[in-house]
Amino acid sequence: MNWRESRWTGVAFLILLALLWEAAGRGGWVHKLLFPPASAILSTFWDLLLSGEILRQLGVSLWRAAMGYALAAVVAVALGVAMGYWRRIYEACEILIELLRAVPPPAVIPLAMVFLGIGDALKVFIIFFACFFPILINTIDGVRGADPVLIRTARTFGLSRLQTVWKVILPVAGPSIMTGLRIATAIALILTVISEMIGATSGIGYFILGSQRTLNITQMYAGILMLALTGYAINRAFLLVDARLMAWHKGLTRRGE
Amino acid sequence: MLEVRGLRKEFQPLSGPPVIAIGDVSFRVEARRFVSIVGPSGCGKSTLLQCVAGLMRPTAGTVLLEGQEVTGPPEGLILLFQEYNKSLMAWRSVLANVRFGLENRRGMTASERDDEARHYIDLVGLGGFERHYPWELSGGMQQRVAIARALACKPRVLLMDEPFGSLDALTRFDLEDTLLRLWASLGSTILFVTHDIEEAVYLSDRVYVLSRRPSRMLADTAIELPRPRNQLTSREDPRFIKLRHQTFEMISKEMTQA
Amino acid sequence: MRRVPWSGLAVLAAFVIVWEAWARTRGELAAFFPPASRVLATLWQLLASGELAEHTLATLRRFAQGYALAAALSVGAGLCLGLWRPLYNLLEPLIELLRPMPSPATIPIAILFLGIGDEMKVAVTVYACSWPILLNTIDGVRSVDRVLFATAATFRLTPWARFWKVVLPAASPQIVTGLRVSLAIALILVVTSEMVVSNDGLGYYVLESQRTFQMPQMYAAVVALGMIGYVLNRLFLALDTWAMAWHKGLTRREDL
Repeated sequence: MNWRESRWTGVAFLILLALLWEAAGRGGWVHKLLFPPASAILSTFWDLLLSGEILRQLGVSLWRAAMGYALAAVVAVALGVAMGYWRRIYEACEILIELLRAVPPPAVIPLAMVFLGIGDALKVFIIFFACFFPILINTIDGVRGADPVLIRTARTFGLSRLQTVWKVILPVAGPSIMTGLRIATAIALILTVISEMIGATSGIGYFILGSQRTLNITQMYAGILMLALTGYAINRAFLLVDARLMAWHKGLTRRGE
Repeated sequence: MLEVRGLRKEFQPLSGPPVIAIGDVSFRVEARRFVSIVGPSGCGKSTLLQCVAGLMRPTAGTVLLEGQEVTGPPEGLILLFQEYNKSLMAWRSVLANVRFGLENRRGMTASERDDEARHYIDLVGLGGFERHYPWELSGGMQQRVAIARALACKPRVLLMDEPFGSLDALTRFDLEDTLLRLWASLGSTILFVTHDIEEAVYLSDRVYVLSRRPSRMLADTAIELPRPRNQLTSREDPRFIKLRHQTFEMISKEMTQA
Repeated sequence: MRRVPWSGLAVLAAFVIVWEAWARTRGELAAFFPPASRVLATLWQLLASGELAEHTLATLRRFAQGYALAAALSVGAGLCLGLWRPLYNLLEPLIELLRPMPSPATIPIAILFLGIGDEMKVAVTVYACSWPILLNTIDGVRSVDRVLFATAATFRLTPWARFWKVVLPAASPQIVTGLRVSLAIALILVVTSEMVVSNDGLGYYVLESQRTFQMPQMYAAVVALGMIGYVLNRLFLALDTWAMAWHKGLTRREDL
């Protein structure tokens, strides 16, 4: 096997890093507090899994993220199609959206806290706010990028405006919309963690920060590991769904040998 | 000037036996001649050019340019690609694109390079378009830019890979004549690959016919038509029709063999 | 000539007017929901008195340092990884593993290692920003068309000339995309880290105002952050339009 082309060098590299980490932790090369050995982290992780603690925290976080994300998806795609298809609507909404979009979502947290308290409603709103814009922008891009020839073809076949949107524009905009939705899954997770670090009493973000504050470092790393795995799993799941729904697009854009 | 001896090129796919693109090809091109290569699709014409241009290593055989073996892109030889729109640099103006090949050269000031580039831009008939960008131009114009860019380097040998294949007929005729005009005044050696038999006969001094994969040389035909060629009269010449017929017959036989 | 977007401005004006009217008529919310006029007046006052200046500068400084460092490191790394396959193969699994991890999770780690000062905030920002820039740069380099490489070869360019004159310009649109995405991320992480632990910066100020029930100040600071974000976007857009004019022309589509 040609080592220059092989993927296994990367995996070997990872294993090497893990081993180094373990050695560093055990050998006391770095302060044990800052850098617990990988084995300690993994065993803490395992304990937390068994006790259900970490899954409970994660569940709370994921529920919030899902709610905010779903809301943002529905509203943003709908508005995005409208803005992408009708120039008038775009012009009317553009300035306000540009201004709102520029506000960093974390800054909105204290503001929303005033109205929504520090419960789930706050997190869901913030996640909604953050996910809304990327989905919106990508949807608009996708709709606007629809080839005029396709749209004229639909009209020639007598499709109404609404039918054209449903049968032609949405599918054509699909890949762009999916891109927006994919970006938004990462954003949802990020804002969930952020909102839980700033104002919460539960959730994985709260758990990680809390562990750091009480100097329960191994637990902190275990929480981060859980979060990393979750992020990875969600990403993978999304790619699978995307591959299925957008199979036509993958075929279209596949490069020749 | 250019000699190819026993050229063979195999490709190794991910699984299965190697694909033999070029079986055994040998030919010679005299200096200052215009030679075309035709053959059925998939017979490895582009691969052949890439090997001659030193961009690909042949599996066996040699390429000699003025007696020297070609192991990498040799000096004085330039290959013009089929996908000219991908070969031109979208971020450079026409002038900057044509100037591209000259930037390597020492002993020229920036303004000298620009002047030289302008000269060739005029030569291909694109005077006035120096500040335009490739994507603002039609396909035919883009191809002219690519030609000007190559010619600006005054190559002794120019290899052209189906340069006019994706253009409409009238643009093609126009460019064919432009090319002949340039060739006549610059005296380069041209090796021209095309799938268009009429084009090959119209342009060349000799036409080489390649077989199907694994390709080998089928025929070497001299084109005894007077120069300068003319789109109307040359194509109506009985000799043209005969040569066209011969070549076409050879290639269709290749293509219909199971 | 850009047309004046009357309808857009009208909608914006309507938004502000509705805000103003609603806040004024809902007396019981007065404490939590100051009208737009009051917020803007407060903002003006804070700017004039210089109270906001210190915090704004702190935030901008962290943003600039984090973003610039991330850009320099990630474009460099992205170019290397894009060009050298063996290096990419070596690091790819590591990248794939780290990349889906939400960047705020690094805040507690950063606090642990770097304390609660500027270094922590800049480090967190650099980490978060690096990903879009790195990944887009790698992608940009790898998608440089083979024909361009072959062209560089037939014109016998040296590897350096090829990198500088062909690879870099061809990859630049994608690199710029990464830089644009990171702009927003940088601001988000700076503000977040200021909210989690800090004693200056606009993020801190927003949270602190909320805690001490100084509502108009809180709103004013949020508006200030929005304006900063907007200006940064605009600046980037202007730079992008100027530098990437060739790409805009190439990819321009007709409006529906």
